[in-house]
Amino acid sequence: MGMWSSLRGRFSLWVGKIFGRRSVKIGIYGPPNVGKTTLANRIIRDWAGEDVGVVSDIPHETRRVKRRKDVKINVDRSSIKLDIVDTPGLATKIDFRDFLSYGLEEEEAKKRAKEAAEGVIESIRWLDDLDGVLLVMDATEDPYTQVNITVIGNMEARRLPMLIVSNKIDLPTASPVKIIEAFPQHTVVPISALKGNNMDTLYDGIYEHFR
Amino acid sequence: MAYTNISGEKMVRVDMISEDLLASMTSAEKIRMILDGVIEGKILVLERGLMPEEEAKLIEATMVEISPEFVGIEIESYPAKERRSLMDRLFGRTKSQARLTVIGSPNQLKTIKKDRGLITALISEV
Repeated sequence: MGMWSSLRGRFSLWVGKIFGRRSVKIGIYGPPNVGKTTLANRIIRDWAGEDVGVVSDIPHETRRVKRRKDVKINVDRSSIKLDIVDTPGLATKIDFRDFLSYGLEEEEAKKRAKEAAEGVIESIRWLDDLDGVLLVMDATEDPYTQVNITVIGNMEARRLPMLIVSNKIDLPTASPVKIIEAFPQHTVVPISALKGNNMDTLYDGIYEHFR
Repeated sequence: MAYTNISGEKMVRVDMISEDLLASMTSAEKIRMILDGVIEGKILVLERGLMPEEEAKLIEATMVEISPEFVGIEIESYPAKERRSLMDRLFGRTKSQARLTVIGSPNQLKTIKKDRGLITALISEV
């Protein structure tokens, strides 16, 4: 499956380049609460002037995949057209009791847990339909999470391009170096999606990796 | 399922699954074995782990089973190693090599620290 989807993706990308009319489908992946929707909002606001989703401190705020088509990013004298796919946070465990501490009622917490689980399934299924991934990591957290390892492994197996985004560098405990050291074979771009720090470097990276 | 010794003390069952046994199983069989084992309260140690695609399928299958009683799995492995033979290098191919993986219920298995070469975890009874 991996080899076929890789070949299909590359052929489709190549055809798109020849005719110059296809958007590159980029998925924004990562564990819950690393700032995926904040990043999607930042990119889409910068280039299309709107937001894609709501952000909050409660984990699994995004529970459905959201796609914004044809976001044109200009880099120097060139440009790249992206379909931005904002995905629900990937997790291996979801306990409704964790939501109770955020003030949710039990029924609401159970509903959120069920929707979050469905969101994880949807995120994983989208991996087969992407041209590349922005893997978002929280620069204040340990980078060796199983979600990060699984996403990186899947992208390597599919031979699809991936850029690691080390988010939240505006926080005092941020350590993007830890992420760079953990995954030396991949390009890591430190940013703050919330404050907009270093976004130009990210746009350069997106152009270089996904064009 | 709780495990006890002859003195009635609670024990944790650890199944260490060899690379050969895993190689003889299909992806679907591996995933079912893992989920059934975690639901029964076992800690599973896979000598060679799962391929990245199988890990994604395992997460997907886990999410299908999520309920107030089953909250998912704790899974820990090292980042995959890339293995490239001369032929692979000539044809630009990369093969990921799955590595030792520990899986259990999040209620039993708690990871304290993890880096490129060390996973430190605590295991408790059910």
